[in-house]
Order: sequence, then C-alpha cells, then structure tokens
Amino acid sequence: MSINTKAKVGGILFGIFKYVSMILAAVISLVPVCVCIFAAFKTNDEYASTSVLALPKSFLYFENFKVAFTQANMLRCFVNTGVVLIVVLFVSIFTGSMLAYVLNRFEFKGRGIIHSLFMFASLLPGIAMQVTIYQIMYTLGFINHLYGYMIVLMGTDIISIYIFLQFFENLPISLDESAIIDGCTYFGVFFRILFPLLKPAIVTTLVLKGISVYNEYYSSNLYLQSDKVKTISTALYVFTGPYGNQYNYICAGVIITIIPILILFLIFQKQVYSGMAAGAVKG
Amino acid sequence: MSGEKKTFSQWFYSRKVQRVLVITTFMFLPLLLLLVFTYIPFGEMVKFSFYNKKYIGEATWVGFKNYAEVFKRTEIFQALFVSIYYMGGAVVQMGLALFFATLLVFKVKGEPFFKAAMFFPYLICGIAVGFIFKFFYARGMVLDSVLQAFGMNAESIPYWLENRSINNIALVATSVWRYTGQNMILFLGAMMSVDTDLYEAASLDGANKWHQFRYIIMPSIKSIIVLNLILSISGSLSAFEPPYVITNGTMGTGTYFVIMNRLAHENQKVGLACAMAVVLLLIIIACTVAQKLFFKYVFNDGSADESKEAVRRRKKEEKAKRAAAKGGRSA
Repeated sequence: MSINTKAKVGGILFGIFKYVSMILAAVISLVPVCVCIFAAFKTNDEYASTSVLALPKSFLYFENFKVAFTQANMLRCFVNTGVVLIVVLFVSIFTGSMLAYVLNRFEFKGRGIIHSLFMFASLLPGIAMQVTIYQIMYTLGFINHLYGYMIVLMGTDIISIYIFLQFFENLPISLDESAIIDGCTYFGVFFRILFPLLKPAIVTTLVLKGISVYNEYYSSNLYLQSDKVKTISTALYVFTGPYGNQYNYICAGVIITIIPILILFLIFQKQVYSGMAAGAVKG
Repeated sequence: MSGEKKTFSQWFYSRKVQRVLVITTFMFLPLLLLLVFTYIPFGEMVKFSFYNKKYIGEATWVGFKNYAEVFKRTEIFQALFVSIYYMGGAVVQMGLALFFATLLVFKVKGEPFFKAAMFFPYLICGIAVGFIFKFFYARGMVLDSVLQAFGMNAESIPYWLENRSINNIALVATSVWRYTGQNMILFLGAMMSVDTDLYEAASLDGANKWHQFRYIIMPSIKSIIVLNLILSISGSLSAFEPPYVITNGTMGTGTYFVIMNRLAHENQKVGLACAMAVVLLLIIIACTVAQKLFFKYVFNDGSADESKEAVRRRKKEEKAKRAAAKGGRSA
C-alpha cells in the first residue's frame, strides 16, 4: 500500500514537472512571434502609446499588412520564390537520384574519386566559398538573374545526393537484375522500376531542401540585388532603412513571410518530422 | 547487311553502350555543377589566399603573409573568443533538446502541439528571425517589458545588444531558440527507433524514469550526441546568422565568419578572407577526422554506423561463400 502510494506521488510529481516544463518551452518558443503578431495589428498611435505586450484593439486592422506587402513588393517576391522552389526542387530530385543511381549501381573507373569529391564538398564552408563563387557568377553573367541564382542553389546541393545515396544502399539489387533479364534498358530500370520506389527519399529531399531554399537569404542577397528578382527571404530588407523603428510595419512583413511556410508545415507535419529525422542520420 | 555486322540499333542497345550512356548522361549535369560551383571556386580560394587581391584589379603574390595576418589580427583572435559562446550555446541547446525529447518519449498529452510549437522557430527565415529579435531585445521593447512586468527595475536592465558583457549571450540565445526544437525532433527520431515495448517492459520490471533514460534511451542516441558535440566545434566557428542579421557584428559580436564576410565584401581584402576560409576548412577537416576516429575506436560496437558496416561485411562474406560454392559445383 505505502509503496504504491509512494509510486503514485512520484508519478504525479513527475507529471507536474513534465507539463510545467513543456508549457514553459512552448511559451518561450511562441512569445517572440506572438508579440510580433500583436504589433502587426496596431495602428501607429496605438503602437506608440501601448505596451508591446498589450493585445491590439482589434485583430481586423490590416493596414500594416497592406503597407508591408506593397512596400516590400511581396507579390513579386512570392512569385520569384515560388519559381525558384519549383525548379530547384525538381532538378535537385532528378540530378540527385540519377547520380546516386550511377554511383551505387555501377562499377567504373573513377567512381570512388567522384564519390569522395561529392562527400568532401559537403565539408567546404559554404559562405566562405561565396567570395570566389561570386567571381564565377560575375564572369558567367548570372548576377541579377533568377536562373543564375537557381543554378547556384542546384550547384551547391550535396544534401539531396547524400539522401539518395543512403536510400539506394537499401534498395535490393535483385530489382534491377530481374528487370534487366526482362529486357529493360538501364534507363528503363531507373525511370520505371527504381524511381517510383524512391518516394520516401524524395519526400525527405523535398522537406529539407524546401525549407532551406525558402529561407535561403545569403546568396539571394548577394546575387539578386535588383527589385525585379528579389525573393521573399530578402524582401524584408526594405524595412531596414526608412522604417527603422516602425515595428508595427516590420512585424506585419515578418508575419507575411512566415504564413506560407507555416501553412505548409501544418499540412505536412508528419513528413517534415520524419524527413528531418531521416536526413539527420548521417547529418 | 550481313549477319556478322551488327546494325546500329543492335549496337546502340547492347549492354556495354547502354552502360556508358547511362553513366555519362546521368553524371554529366551534377559533375558539371560540382566543378563550376565547388571545385573551381575552391581552387581559386586556395590560390587567392596567397595573393593580395581586391575584387577587380591586379593581384600580387604575397606568400604566407595572409595566413600570418589571420593569426595576428586582433579582431580575428577576438572572433575565436566569441565562438566559445556559440560552443556553449550548442551544448545548452543539445541538453535542452535531449531533455524535451525524453519527456516526449514518456507520453505527453497534447504532444503534437508542443512538438509543433518548439519546432516552429526553425522554419522562420533568418532575416525574419533577425527582425523578430531586434524587436525583442530593443530598449523598452519585448524583453524589457516582460522583465518589468515581473518587477524588475528599468534602470537595472542592460542594453541587450550593445552591452559587451551580455550581447553575445543574447545572440547565442536566439540561435538556441531557433534550433532546439529541430534538435529535439532529431533526438526523438533516434529514440523512437527503439522498440516502444521496451519502455513498458522496463516500467513493469520496476525501472524508474531515470533508469529508463539511462539504460534504454541513452544507448540509442549515444552516437548522435557525440556526432553533434563534435560538429558543434566547427559549427561554432562557422556561426554566422545571429550576428549577421541582428547586430551586423558590431559591439564585439563578430564571429569568424562575419568578420571574414566583412573583410571580403566591404574591405575587399579577398586574399585575407580566403586565407581565413582555408584555415577554417583545416579546422573542419580536423574535426571530421576526430569524429571518424572516435567512432572507430570508442564506439567499436553498438553505434548505428558500425553495425551497418558489420552487416555489409557479413553480406559480402556470404556472397563470396555462395559464389565459391557455385563455382565449385560448376567446376
């Protein structure tokens, strides 16, 4: 009896501890963003006169969002980001899976070297390399063109190759062999037999690469300077100058950039978590 | 056409040609991209590190002078000191992630909400994070208001981003805020790979939570923790985002990367920046080698990597045996 109650008390205490820490963590994670939401719905006067922690008078005051959206030319930026996302993800999936297929299924001279070249590339400090990549971009005339930016993102993409290589390791080679006996060409083996089986790896790539492309700001800032080609990640830079301390506008801009990825995350939560975990095994 | 000679289509569809075709076409684009955007810039980077060079104009050979300067410049030396904060932050972040992942393993009501709330910061774009925390730390704004609400005197609150004794901690905190949830998801993934029946069996056998953590959870994530610890060394040296987007590296918050970035793009000291990059690369390589050695000699058994290798070895041996048996029979 007494042992039982002791265990029970322990369980209850642990339960309290557990929930208190979880709630605390959730609050800390959300507060910085929540105060931004509050600020985004306040009029100039309201923003100047009330505490930042105070709720806005109305959550239907959209003026700040309107200003932010037009000032930062966000429609254009969203379109650009959308184009970049679609093209880069599409190409990365094909180049990554094709390369992994060749490296995993064929023995040929130089295979080991090529494999190591890709692996070594993942060690190179990305931002450091931009100094010299910039010069190449300049020579190729890629600066201030969306296609140039997309090619850079594809060119510095090692993650998807890594993920596909991992996945091919666990696809039995007997699949290829039986298809070949049935008269399939190697192209047929890849496109008709193996590619459909890569779905989990494709989802992982879409998740990891998608998040990183949507949020990529360093190269975007470096290579896409003119207004026409800006992406959503750098759109917010407009607010550094003239809006200095007008955080009600800035916050509205911040919230606008967060909304699309938040919606996607809420829809694909499961895939995002499993993609994260799968991509990290060999991080 | 005679029977001896193959037609073009026969030749084209022969295995040998197909093989060459598939290898070259599938590898062409990735290899071209790798060459143009990784290895040519890499070669240039190493080359420039021996030159005194601006973006445009003549370059003059200076030998190892740039490297000497990397170790002599006080701002660079200071950056190494700053990176210690980020290393500390990485450890705190991992501890927190481990803690919350463990709590989530022991069934929590509302788990999807807590998970999503903690993971959410990871999804926010770096520049947006920058604005959020400029607002958060600005004088009289969010953090100050919260502290005052808890009864703290306004005068005793420091300037979070300007005060040199605290601004690096404030910046590291934003990085912890951003990545703890993501780390937690990684740990949770590794922990969940353990059969969940084990936890029930253990608690039936009278194991308390600590025992379950120590003997079931820990072993499953041991290798991922060590991996992350080693990566945090090179990671803290390449810390870039918080100072870049929030303070732009002013007031003593410049990390190694931020200073390199400034030297390259604002001061146009391309050679020096390249030398810094090469030094960083050497450190990263050293960390990677250390990690490989550590896994090889310390985790001889039990880690996911090793067991996979063992499986591969076993399969190879079996294959060899089978081949030998086949060969024996046909001979």
